Parts: sequence; structure tokens; C-alpha cells
Amino acid sequence: MDKRLIRILPRVQKPARYTGGEYNQIIKDKAKVDLRMVLCFPDTYEIGMSNLGIKILYGGINEMDGVWCERAFAPWGDMEDEMRRENIPLWALESGDPLRDFDAVGFSIGYEMAYTNVLNMLDLAGIPLKSSERKELTPLVFAGGSSCVNPEPMADFLDFLFIGEGEEMDKELLLLLRKAKRENWSKQQLLSEAANIEGIYVPSLYEPIYNDDGTLKEMRAIPGAPESVTRRIVTDFDNSYFPTNPIVPSTEIVHDRVTLELFRGCTRGCRFCQAGFIYRPVRSRSPEKLVEQGIKSLESTGYQEITLSSLSTSDYRPLSELCDGLLDFCIPRSIGLSLPSLRADNFSMDLMSKVQKVRKSGLTFAPEAGTQRLRNAINKNVREEDLLHTCRIAFEGGWNNIKLYFMLGLPTETDEDVLAINDLAMKVLALFKTYATNKAKGVHITVSTSCFVPKPHSPFQWEAQVSMEEYRRRVTLLRDHMRAKAISYNWHDADTSLIEAVLSRGDRRVGAVIEEVWRQGGKLDSWSEYFSFERWISAFEKCGLDPKFYACRERSFEEILPWSRVNIGVKPEFLWQEREMCYKAELSPDCRNKCLSCGALSLMNGGRCDG
Amino acid sequence: MDNLRLRFSKTGRAVYISHLDLMRTMQRAFLRAGMPLKYSEGFNPHAQISFALPLSVGTASSCEIMDFRLNGYMELSEIPYRLNRALPEGIRALEVYEWENKFKNIKWLDVDGVFEYDERDPADMLPELMDFFSRDSLVIKKKSKSGTNDFDISPCIRSLTFDIDERGIRLKALISAQEPTLNPELLPSALEQLAPQLKPDFASFTRVQVYDEQMNIFR
Repeated sequence: MDKRLIRILPRVQKPARYTGGEYNQIIKDKAKVDLRMVLCFPDTYEIGMSNLGIKILYGGINEMDGVWCERAFAPWGDMEDEMRRENIPLWALESGDPLRDFDAVGFSIGYEMAYTNVLNMLDLAGIPLKSSERKELTPLVFAGGSSCVNPEPMADFLDFLFIGEGEEMDKELLLLLRKAKRENWSKQQLLSEAANIEGIYVPSLYEPIYNDDGTLKEMRAIPGAPESVTRRIVTDFDNSYFPTNPIVPSTEIVHDRVTLELFRGCTRGCRFCQAGFIYRPVRSRSPEKLVEQGIKSLESTGYQEITLSSLSTSDYRPLSELCDGLLDFCIPRSIGLSLPSLRADNFSMDLMSKVQKVRKSGLTFAPEAGTQRLRNAINKNVREEDLLHTCRIAFEGGWNNIKLYFMLGLPTETDEDVLAINDLAMKVLALFKTYATNKAKGVHITVSTSCFVPKPHSPFQWEAQVSMEEYRRRVTLLRDHMRAKAISYNWHDADTSLIEAVLSRGDRRVGAVIEEVWRQGGKLDSWSEYFSFERWISAFEKCGLDPKFYACRERSFEEILPWSRVNIGVKPEFLWQEREMCYKAELSPDCRNKCLSCGALSLMNGGRCDG
Repeated sequence: MDNLRLRFSKTGRAVYISHLDLMRTMQRAFLRAGMPLKYSEGFNPHAQISFALPLSVGTASSCEIMDFRLNGYMELSEIPYRLNRALPEGIRALEVYEWENKFKNIKWLDVDGVFEYDERDPADMLPELMDFFSRDSLVIKKKSKSGTNDFDISPCIRSLTFDIDERGIRLKALISAQEPTLNPELLPSALEQLAPQLKPDFASFTRVQVYDEQMNIFR
């Protein structure tokens, strides 16, 4: 270990997150590999190591012969100060080698607020920020992850972006890079070839042309560039790679447990939910395979908790069978099973009592809106009676801690909708008073609201976000009506939501703002300790851009959107139709009841959608 | 199986694993090794393990002691072998045996340390250091939960020798492990407070051995 580091580590917070050396980390002989990649997560170790995508990519890439994939995370501020003072470039945890020595530097970006961290990590690594400033073939700097479905805000910094699921694309790319290294290709040559890999978006092949009003006139493709980049998916999900020997961090992380991935995609079609559209079509894993993966993972990690991950766990058809299989293993070993992402409508007593066998945690539901009208408008098909019925069962079963999540600022929302959130919470409270088996313990109902952020490739991608002032007015309105002591109300800041809205639907010019924020010291923007709204506003001013143009402006169907070269699978016409249904407060059926031909099936190469 | 004691070392990258994280790490390692620890009964079951002397982050050790209970029977010599395949880099199981001696009988701790001086020549520092630590009384300010107290470290040092090696000044100290506890990091602290000109630019320590009152190796 670097002698300077030995001196620094004892005085920074949680030093174990900077050292590597965890159980199940993968160490290879440098002399026996010809390609080295570092998988970067632009947030702290505790967040990044909790990310299932990172585990899948890390394990999968390391299965390749001759390739060693390592990890790097964003340091916390105290560590960054020490690194800058001592001039220690950002290193990969396994080997301790600086990032700039790697062939491939790949970021997994799951949320837009991490953009400044990408720049900060590149800078800490001594790698030039802009793709155009990196003339050599290596290190190649690229990214994948759900926020890349709009590749434009980060286009100046990344050599290319993965659109969709990375586990096949990354290997194809690495094989191409190996060929490029052997044959001494130029970076330009590699980028042209990479663009032929399905799912890879090379920003330098598209040039944004703007109208006078700031909207896009055209995303001009340079000659030879693909007309569009189609999202890549794993078609045979049941048989796709899953890491059953993930790294076990030696220091506590956010999700410190085994995570199983039940399925990808979601059949519900909630109109506000980007994930409901950008992961289609639904592909699931068999319960037998999941039980086997769960047991293997528990045995290889020693974790005492396992959780099930998907966009809507209760929609997994063989959920009961899966839980039974896992509980047979878990109960005798005191291993906890937790079930997140349950829906209020089909949450059964049976399932709840199964989970209860091991450990009883709080229950969380996301009705998203207070009135049935608005829930219909956003296609969140949860009926009030179902939610209340579920709460009643929960109270009867001894639960006394319920969290309810809502959004404010959804399209068509009125004050009546806002106030109905309180009414709903009051009804839940009344149920507790009538049905709870442990009334003496009291009940705690937490209502949380966030400000709706319209996202690309969702039916609301054309919507205006409500202004910060309007969001705050609605928060105050709701807060003033919340009187019950047992109900506590939390709300998200309007500031972050506005910035997130800009970054989500930003064009290439927004990259300059991201860079300017970083230059003014911006980093770790998803942490309230570090986020500074003033810094963002000052950067927008300096770059001559108006955040409201991106966040609070309604687009027409005809407008060229910055992500228009990305074919997500779901057709824009379908999204627009869903938007119109919202304004009529009409529901669309669950895919399982009726296929609406959204277009995502085209990604399956003849395979079927498990909708 | 109750009354089991593990001696293990914690070196290299593992010295940065905190005490709380080490407890988690050990529990998981036993599970990975297929040797489930005994858990307490009750609402929030936890593994029944306890460590003799919590180790500061950054300090290495070749003499850590942990007591534990196992479900089922296992050949004692088999346990370290199995554990070592399940432990992260830097933590090594050395020996497992049934204990008779309670933790409270631990008295002395043998510690190796290095004082690094960047600008100064260790050879010049050596006489002054020896002089300093041979004082009859070395009262320093020590922070505790109840505030800052005066603490005389001198009676806690049974022996202290210095040497010069390529890294700086090498020290070997036999210090009081408990009642009172002298954290070896208080040695450079004493310099900082009472003789700042002697304070090293960096100090690191390794626990080498634990002894009882009579200077028998504590087992």
C-alpha cells in the first residue's frame, strides 16, 4: 500500500471503504491479463456496493479470460481533500493501481445527481474530462445505467454510452477493445466500430442543431452513423449470469444483504414511472433458479438477510413458491427474508404471515396520489379500498408502522388531490384505532411527498414540472391540514427536484453546466451535505441557460427531444397516447390483461414478453 | 460447544476494519465456513462472541483474542483451517482452544511501534525520546466520555525500548492492557502535549502479545 495512504487512512471516516481486500473480491495476475477495466460507481462505496448492477457486471466481466475488472468509488470529502493534498490519483480497490492506467474506465450511472461525481472522479484520477481531450485509444471512458437513456447531458465527457442492459454489450466492447489494442487502432476507429454494437451510443457521431428558441432543430447524424441506437436487453433472462459469490464488504453498506433479481420490466404502466417503460418487456427468472441462487449466495457470503428485487415484487407470479423455497432454507438458520416493492392491491395475508415468521419490519406503500381520479390519471391502479384493506390486515397482524409515499406536482393535480393525501392517511389511522391488536403500542404513519420529475421515455416526457414555488405551496397546503399526532409528514426539497428535472431531460448544452458546477466545487450532489442549489443556479447563469426551459416547459409531440436518437423499444406514439389518456383520467390495462403493443416486444428477437 | 477461544491476527488492509465491522465480519466468516455461531435468545438474536481488547482502527495485531460458542461439534484443530478459507484478506485464524482464563486476567500488552520522522534524523531524536519516557510522571490530558481528565501514563509503561531502523525509530513497549488501559496511541500524544519537538510525523503500532499479571502469556 502507498505509504502516503497508510498515513491518511487512520484519520479519514470509515477507512475500510478505501482499501479493498474484502471477501470474494477478484484478484488476477496482472501479467496474465491483457485488458484491464475499472468499474466506477459515481457515489460512495456504501451506495455503490449495494448496487445489484455493479455486482452483476463485476462478476460477469471477470468471467472473461484475460480481463481483470476492478472497482472504484467516489471518495467522501475528507478523503478527497487528503488525496488532493498528497497528489494521490484515484485508484482501483483490488490492485491499488491508478485509474488512468486502465484500458477501460466504465461508470454505472443510475441517477442524474451523480453526474458531477463522474467529473470529479475523472479529475481525481488525472484523466481529462472531455472525450475530445482524450486522444489516445485508452483509457476509454464510458457509462451505462438507467440515466444514460438520455445520453446527451454527459455526451461531452463520455466516449460512448451503453443504452440498456450492460452485461452483454460490455463484453462485446471489451473484445473489440482487445482487437483495437492488438491492431493499434486510433480511438476514432474504435468509436466507429463500437457504434455498430447494438446499444452503444457514440455522442461524437451526432451533432445537435438548435432553433433560435433553444429547442432542437435536429440531432444530425454524421455520415455512417446509425440512424438510431436501440436499447439492448438480455433476452434470455432466466439463463443469464447472476453472481452467487458477490463481494462481502468488510464495512457496513446501505443494503448489506443478498439480493435476488426476480424479473426485469414491469407490466403496470404507471405513467409517471420511467422504469416502467425503459426496462420492458418483462422477463423473469424461474423460482427454482432463484432459490438455488439464493442459497448459493447465502452460503458464499454468510449474510443473514436476503431480499427480493424487482420493480413490483408482488407481480412475480410464483412468489409464493419462491418464498416457500427460500424460507425452508432461511428459517432454520435465522436468516431474514425481506420483500420490498410490494403493491397494496394484491398483498396477501398469507404472504405477510410468511415473512413475519422471521422478522417484522415496517410496511411501505406508494399510493402516489390522494384521489382515485389522479391515481387513474397516472395509471397507478391502486384502489383506496384495497390499500385500506391491506392496512387493516397489517394492523390486525400486529404491524404498527406504515409509510405512505406520494408525489406532488403530477400532471392534472388540483388542491383537492393534495388534500386527499391527508384524508387517506386519516383513514389509515382510523383503521388502526378500530382493528389493531396492539393499540397500546400506538401507531406511526409516515407520509412522504416528493416533487414529480418528468423523465425521458415515459408518457410524461413532454410535461412541464411544476415550479418550485407551486410545489412549496402544495407542501404547505398539505402540511397545514395534517393535524393528527400519529401522522408525520416529510417532504423532499424542491431544489434537488428542479435540478434533477433539468439533468433528466437536458440536451448537450447542459454538459457545460455540469462541468461549471463541478469547477465551482460541486460533487456528491445527492447528499444534502454537499448539494448547493445556489451553485447550480450560478452555473446556469454563467452558461447562459435557463433551468426552467428544461424543467418547467411543456413540449409538443413534434419537438425533437435530445434523446430522440435512442430507440427505447416503446414507441413515442404509444407514450403520447398514454399521456392523452392521463388528461382524460382513463386507465390503461395491465399488460397481463391486454397487450397494448407498446413496441418493447421488438427487442426480444422473437422471444416472448412475460406480461 | 461453549468456551471456545480464537487467537487471530489482523494485519495489512484488514487493520482498517473497525471493531463493530469486525464483529459482523467474524459472524459471516463462521457462517461461510459452515460453522454457525450460537445465537442469543430473544427479540434481537445476536451471535455470542466477545473480543478481549478492542483494537483501534489502523493498529495491526498478531495476538487478537475472541471468545465464541458453536452449534454442534467440531474438531478444534479443524476450526482455524476452515475459518481461514472464509476470512477476508488480512485476518488469519491462528489457533482455537477451550479457555479457562477470563479476559479480566489480561494485564500487559506487548506492542511494537514505529515513529516516523520526515525532516529530522531519528538518531538525533533517540536520546531525547529515551530521556522523555524515563520521566517518573507523564501526566497528559485524555478525553473520555465524562470530559477531559489528567492521566499519568508513566505507571502504565512497564518497559519501553527504542531502536533505529530504516523506517525511523522502532519501539518495543510493554504497557498496561487494562485497568488502566493505555492505548499505545497515547505515546505519541504524550509527546505532542509535553514535548512537541519530539512528536513523530507518523506513528503506527502492532500488538504482539498479551500477558497476565504474572507475565505469563495470556491464553
